[in-house]
Amino acid sequence: MDHLDALEAQSVYILREAFNKFDRMGMLWSLGKDSNVMVWLARKAFLGHVPFPLMFCDTGKKFPEMYDFQKKYSAEWGVNLIVRDCPPIEEIDPTLPPATRSAARKTEALKRLIAEQNMQAVVAGIRRDEEATRAKERVFSPRGTNAEWDFRDQPPEFWDQFKTDFAPGTHIRIHPILHWTELDIWRYIQREGIPIVDLYFSKNGKRYRSLGDQDITNPIESEAGTIEEIITELEGTSIAERSGRAMDHEAEDAFERLRTAGYM
Amino acid sequence: MHVSSEIPPLKLVVVGHVDHGKSTLIGRLLHETNSLPDGKAEAVIAMSERRGMPVEWAFVLDALQAERDQGITIDTTQIFFNTEKRNYVIIDAPGHKEFLKNMVSGAALSDAAVLVIDAKDGMQEQSRRHGYILHLLGVRQVAVVINKMDLADYREERFQELTTEIRTYLSELGLEASAIIPVSAREGQGLITAPDKMPWYQGPSLVQVLDNFTPPILPTERPLRFPVQDVYKFDERRIIAGRIESGRIHTGDKILISPSNKTVTVKSIESWNTKAPALSASAGQSVGITLSEQLFIERGQMISHESNAPFETNVFRARIFWLGHNPLEVGKRYKLKLATNEQMVEVQSIEMVIDVENLTHDTGDRLERNAIGEVTLRARAMLALDEFSDNPKTGRFVLVDGYDTVGGGTIFMEGYPDQRSRTDVRSTNITAVEHRVTPELRAHANGHEGGVLWLTGLSGAGKSTIAIELEHQLFAKGYQVYVLDGDNVRFGLSSDLGFAPEDRVENIRRVGEVAKLFASAGVLVVTAFISPYRADRDRARSIAPDMFHEVYIAADVATCEGRDPKGLYKKARAGEIKEFTGVSAPYEEPVTPEVTVETADRTVNESVAELMAYVEENFSMVKRNAGGR
Repeated sequence: MDHLDALEAQSVYILREAFNKFDRMGMLWSLGKDSNVMVWLARKAFLGHVPFPLMFCDTGKKFPEMYDFQKKYSAEWGVNLIVRDCPPIEEIDPTLPPATRSAARKTEALKRLIAEQNMQAVVAGIRRDEEATRAKERVFSPRGTNAEWDFRDQPPEFWDQFKTDFAPGTHIRIHPILHWTELDIWRYIQREGIPIVDLYFSKNGKRYRSLGDQDITNPIESEAGTIEEIITELEGTSIAERSGRAMDHEAEDAFERLRTAGYM
Repeated sequence: MHVSSEIPPLKLVVVGHVDHGKSTLIGRLLHETNSLPDGKAEAVIAMSERRGMPVEWAFVLDALQAERDQGITIDTTQIFFNTEKRNYVIIDAPGHKEFLKNMVSGAALSDAAVLVIDAKDGMQEQSRRHGYILHLLGVRQVAVVINKMDLADYREERFQELTTEIRTYLSELGLEASAIIPVSAREGQGLITAPDKMPWYQGPSLVQVLDNFTPPILPTERPLRFPVQDVYKFDERRIIAGRIESGRIHTGDKILISPSNKTVTVKSIESWNTKAPALSASAGQSVGITLSEQLFIERGQMISHESNAPFETNVFRARIFWLGHNPLEVGKRYKLKLATNEQMVEVQSIEMVIDVENLTHDTGDRLERNAIGEVTLRARAMLALDEFSDNPKTGRFVLVDGYDTVGGGTIFMEGYPDQRSRTDVRSTNITAVEHRVTPELRAHANGHEGGVLWLTGLSGAGKSTIAIELEHQLFAKGYQVYVLDGDNVRFGLSSDLGFAPEDRVENIRRVGEVAKLFASAGVLVVTAFISPYRADRDRARSIAPDMFHEVYIAADVATCEGRDPKGLYKKARAGEIKEFTGVSAPYEEPVTPEVTVETADRTVNESVAELMAYVEENFSMVKRNAGGR
């Protein structure tokens, strides 16, 4: 068993635990590389099927390539896709810094979607190596009635015995690729032949390393035009993956505030 | 800087008392090995300046605002890091006592550990507790770092003094440190290269020690353990899903399902987006299998091969660390989660509460939050499990109270037998004989009903003495009565059995069967066996539920030991008899016996008189008829 096999087996185990424990669950499909890998892992776990809906909170500001990608693969993979629009910026806490406030629209849309579908659990493709507050996450992460994350009192989680007993009204986030790194993701995409949006590949000396909304995501300088070249580039870089994401950097605790409020 | 990604990273936990410098050590280590992303070091320096303090490398890990402000780690975190030799995942575990659950969450994942101890402060409560928990969790590769040597003026004497203290403590735990390294994390001494401010130290640097740790080996060569996680019905196939925890499985294998004890053959191993169907799978893989016939299979069952099957038992012993706000108490019930199995268990007893400070232990009826102890747990249903020393994956569990995970433990079976052999009838083609002489006819002829008086109690409680006298007095009254005890059973019927737990169980099973035959023949049988396990007596009762009467001959260990008619206690205390009931093996008191006879302050005749009255009341036809039936 090599490293990618081990990562895959663990993710499959987590997804199967979640599916066994929750009748009403959904998976976030943001169309980025991580969530594509996550959907792929679900098909591994359930032998070609995705036995729960995929969810997408639309800010209306994604790249056209992303919408095209969504249309094509939701049909090809035969998934049950639920799309909901995010509320306008005016409905979001004005005390947040601008980019953070913009990102918070997604949190609000997700809360509404969870309520509408009466979901007990949402599967999300975050990774520990992305950002320091994510490194402190649990695989099964309980949220309060208003989706907030109490990082001060997280449940113990060991020996793959996840928290699966909850008071009514508690909601849970499930993180099946928490233990993967950015490089692992690319190597797995390469090995499995997982389709991705081609904004990740270099055009005119620039490419996107991480995909979000058009107005708050910036491309990086890169000549990497293939998956192999991306892997080589990442093996040599020491630039943080999310350095192109504006809301992570507005204030020392901007991202922490977003996450405790329920952001992915 | 990147090494091969084919090999999984070594998982390393950093533990120790609060404020001994764990996060600083990690932050500095990442900085020194160029593992920090661009801008991170600058950000850390800026955060430190804003707070008006020297560069605080702990900020690399202490991601939360509250952690930076209070200077403590609240939750465990994970960070990737690599040396020239290999990749690592470092798990930073909080040292604060209040966050023990987070420390355990981190440490339970790890392949190796670094125990950080402050050179000035020395071993503290959490240093010891963390050491103990590492041992309990089965982490055997441990490096000790004596940190903040700068605050001890880099003195060799201080280092040697602490080294001796630490080695002594760890060896009492059965742990041996791979190395003890003097370090100053803040000054970057001893992490990557030899510490130039401590020329007296000739040993390896921290990174050299880490690089010498061995990566975990998947238990593919151990017996097969495949806990059933779920059963899917996709595309007309019924697929048993789960992760193989140890061993290998092949198509065509005959497999055993526990605890149902049924066997079936593996038809296929299923997968998606793979080139060819797999013919085998091994430890660590999450797979799906289909079976040759439709058996009832459900989550929680354990798949193994017929040979080397797991223990099947409803009672086991465990070393536990307790994280719950409410204490663990005798008589309380918790949900046990063991692999994918979930069952209610009751705390039958707490054998010891361990004091981590000096490694002494005490008895008690509760385990407080953050305490460690040894307990016996009992489930209603049979469980399939292993001893932790044989198979860590299926020999450990967590306990859930209400909605919360409140503890974890590792299993040992000392004194308790495998109960698997007793769950099935191996003989086939047998049919029950119908007698033309009914029990009623026999009872009428004898003047009393047949039955079993099952005397249980510790060695020396008075079982045999009472049984023999009771037999004598009943016979004199015209009863068909007979005593079964060790003397007439062990020399014949059970002459092939020893005194190991499994043998004792089989002996009691045979006695139960023989007693039933005697009782069916109309005889009043009095048995005199310690029969220490509740499960055995329950099984004897189930053979003939209407005729079985449990009699607890009760006397405390001290009284029995004072009598010691056969000199057995003396031998047991001297270590000449292993697993002696009441001394080194469990005795499970009856919960609802029909009769309890306290013998400590009574003569034999008084005890026998009590039982005579019970027999007259329950077995005699004369008296019952006289009573109007």
